[in-house]
Amino acid sequence: MGAVTQWFNDLTQWFNDRAPGLGVAYKKHLSEYYAPKNFNFMYYFGSLALLVLVNQIVTGIFLTMFYTPTASGAFDSVQYIMRDVHWGWLVRYMHETGASMFFIVVYLHMFRGLMYGSYKKPRELVWLLGMLIFLALMAEAFMGYVLPWGNMSFWGAKVIITLFSAVPVVGEQLVTWIMGSFVPSDPTLNRFFALHVVAMPLVLLLLVVLHLGALHEVGSNNPDGVEIKKHKGPDGRPLDGIPFHPYYTVKDLFGVGVFLVICAIVIFFEPTVGGFFLEHDNSIPANDLVTPASIKPVWYFSPFYAILRMIPSKGFGVLALLASIVALFLVPWLDCGKVKSIRYRGLGYKVALTIFAIVFVLLAAIGADLTPGWIVDIFGPNADITSIENLFGRTLVVLYFGYFVFLWAYTFFGWEKTKPVPERVTTHD
Amino acid sequence: MADESINKGRRRFLTASTAVIGGAGLIITAIPFVETWLPSARAESAGAPITVDIGKIESGQRVRYGWRSQPIDIVNRTPKQLEWLAKQDPRLRDPDSKEPQQPKYCQNATRSIKPEWLVFIDICTHLGCVPDYYGDIKPEPFDPDWKGGYYCPCHHSRYDMAARVYKGVPAPLNMVVPPYHFVDDTHIQIGVDPKGAV
Repeated sequence: MGAVTQWFNDLTQWFNDRAPGLGVAYKKHLSEYYAPKNFNFMYYFGSLALLVLVNQIVTGIFLTMFYTPTASGAFDSVQYIMRDVHWGWLVRYMHETGASMFFIVVYLHMFRGLMYGSYKKPRELVWLLGMLIFLALMAEAFMGYVLPWGNMSFWGAKVIITLFSAVPVVGEQLVTWIMGSFVPSDPTLNRFFALHVVAMPLVLLLLVVLHLGALHEVGSNNPDGVEIKKHKGPDGRPLDGIPFHPYYTVKDLFGVGVFLVICAIVIFFEPTVGGFFLEHDNSIPANDLVTPASIKPVWYFSPFYAILRMIPSKGFGVLALLASIVALFLVPWLDCGKVKSIRYRGLGYKVALTIFAIVFVLLAAIGADLTPGWIVDIFGPNADITSIENLFGRTLVVLYFGYFVFLWAYTFFGWEKTKPVPERVTTHD
Repeated sequence: MADESINKGRRRFLTASTAVIGGAGLIITAIPFVETWLPSARAESAGAPITVDIGKIESGQRVRYGWRSQPIDIVNRTPKQLEWLAKQDPRLRDPDSKEPQQPKYCQNATRSIKPEWLVFIDICTHLGCVPDYYGDIKPEPFDPDWKGGYYCPCHHSRYDMAARVYKGVPAPLNMVVPPYHFVDDTHIQIGVDPKGAV
């Protein structure tokens, strides 16, 4: 026993002599990173996002070993993975379920930020880096969806790339440049493959490191929205903080357990989730002369896609789509309120954020083309689907942007009636 | 012994000139990498003209050909369909085809060389989907006052029997008429203008 301990200490010493920064980094980011002790359920999703990122990288590497990035070979190689490669179906379904799960945890993670004001001073940079991760993730997911070269891959690629034709003057040339041809074809698939498996993962990893680095400089926010660094004990540690390791590593491991059970149920029993995670039209090879009956993106893009669809003008549709994402970047500056957590904010904020969340989900339903069915159910088979859908959808678009306008006006003019914020987290002894 | 004093002006000049030359070098090196994304010679050469036989297309019938991987629709319009073309003007965004979405020789009431023959690229000007042909003059779920034309399943854009876009839909422009000419009465060559036309 003594000999093993001695050997371990010697080894640690050996590393410390040669790379003293390793121990420092371990302390700074894990064993002596003090996180508020009142984290709740909503605080699982950051670490879960990291877990899914690892899953995507590992399963992605294995898929690359069997996939052929050519227009003539891609679709068949995916079928080969699904049918002939041992456990290929499992690796692919883990990757595909992981993609959707990534967006579920990221959307919840972002919603957590809105609930508890985690984007507010001094964490604006954490929020901005997080939004950049979200953008990179959307690019990564879009290009990944093109790779199986099913008919929805092809038409999805065509529609999304054609968005760039809305750029003034050089729009058309830009589209040809991105496709490397006049329609999505071999060159498009090849470059998307390179970006999806090499370039974007590198960008994502770098952004994740910066996101965590920025967070660990300022410290984590918490459900009470109070700064735990204001009250430190004689040892210089925040009174309401606990070391991330072992306390939160253990808590997050529990979350990981529950999360993996849910993922396993999806992967083994319903990997397509009724056409939401994996669309039926993508089981047909790409055909450049036949558009699928209804072109719709995978569910995680559908709220933004609905905004694009509801604007009866190409240029303004693309602008609105862009604005819907840019608005999120600006939240730290639109919200002039001093109180962070929804627990102590005014009623207006609570109502607005609730409406915003519901609007986001309903926009997703429009983008996923669920509404025509609903309209027929409610108004009967002779209903004018287009007009009703447009009225409904445009109202939602106004409400989506209305949230940001309201957030600014509500806080800028001091209309918000906040409750007193406690000095320390409410669960301290 | 060299002069040990620091010539700050000279140092600034060297730093700036190195940065400028180095930056210029970086930009010049980036050009070939950016240009690798342009359509390759192979992709460019895949766009040769095609000749198609229209002798067997009956009145009211639509036939689709592929050219440059784009769907080219050829419709033999019926007199009824042609009759409604002129009456659709108030419902259209660009009834007189003012936008350069067709060659000069097709900038007319029927957007074609011969009135009955409609030749166009069936790609929605909104986001590049392929609209479907609804040639019958009868009420449709998407338009109770339908006079025949094209309907895009993606975002519900509508076009008339000359591929002209309706008002109040996401698509901004009429669909494109490609360069074409009649080789003889039953053959059309797509990709080449008529002799003498510009």
